[in-house]
Amino acid sequence: MTLSRWQRPDFWGLAPFRRVANLRDEMDNFLAMALGHLGEFNGENGGTQLMEGWVPAVDVFEDKDSLHVKAELAGLKKEDIQISLQDGYLTLSGERKGREKNEDGGTYRTERWEGRFHRSISLPCRVDAEKIKATYNDGVLTVTLPKAEEAKPKQIPITVK
Amino acid sequence: MQKENGTARPEAAKLQTQDRPFVSPKVNIVETKEAYVLEAEMPGVAKEGLDINLEDNVLTIIGRRAPEPSVAWLYHESHQADYRRVFELDPSIDSGKLSAQVEQGILTLTLPKAERVKPRRIQVS
Repeated sequence: MTLSRWQRPDFWGLAPFRRVANLRDEMDNFLAMALGHLGEFNGENGGTQLMEGWVPAVDVFEDKDSLHVKAELAGLKKEDIQISLQDGYLTLSGERKGREKNEDGGTYRTERWEGRFHRSISLPCRVDAEKIKATYNDGVLTVTLPKAEEAKPKQIPITVK
Repeated sequence: MQKENGTARPEAAKLQTQDRPFVSPKVNIVETKEAYVLEAEMPGVAKEGLDINLEDNVLTIIGRRAPEPSVAWLYHESHQADYRRVFELDPSIDSGKLSAQVEQGILTLTLPKAERVKPRRIQVS
């Protein structure tokens, strides 16, 4: 038995309202998800899957010196994750490979997503591309992007004459 | 083989140390000749955060994530929760031989079938 895939409901339900400022991200992700594989024939299940692809949950926070991006990417291999930075957008993409087809017995539950994902995040400030660091532990990718010097908060002293 | 047990168990609720709710991790369950293999997706859970409990034939999986830092979030989509899911094991599972491993947020539990239910070929003498 194969259960149909479903998307974390709170993400699609609430995220657009929580952060209207990043509407473009939401639109990008929506289009990538809905249209990215439109019409691709999935021979295994014998039908087309409109909703192929998945969207990992992403957290972004900042401190004085850096932006920190965390993505929930459980069960990938380090080599299967790509990170790129272009025009102020950080793009995470990759592929989760499923286990080999099980010839011996049945499948009882298939709730986990497999296949490709793609996520672009608009960065709120300029970052120093040379100093970006990424780690992948316990299924969470953490990207640390040091802010460019001009983007860091500065105190401007006032001189009194 | 496994029926999910939706009822909350008070002893499991007591194990919750932090003030946050549980969510159900997504699982895949497949059957092989020798065993059932359960994979639960729990990103952010290290080996130390796992608590796997078998009582009678009720298997409880708890995965705790590190506490959230209190920072200025720009996006926050991940669950503010720990993971918990309860399964009722079929008697055909040899519950003494469960094994578990965790790798990059995926907990893999191997639940071997009892010898008596494995397929056997019977030689005609």
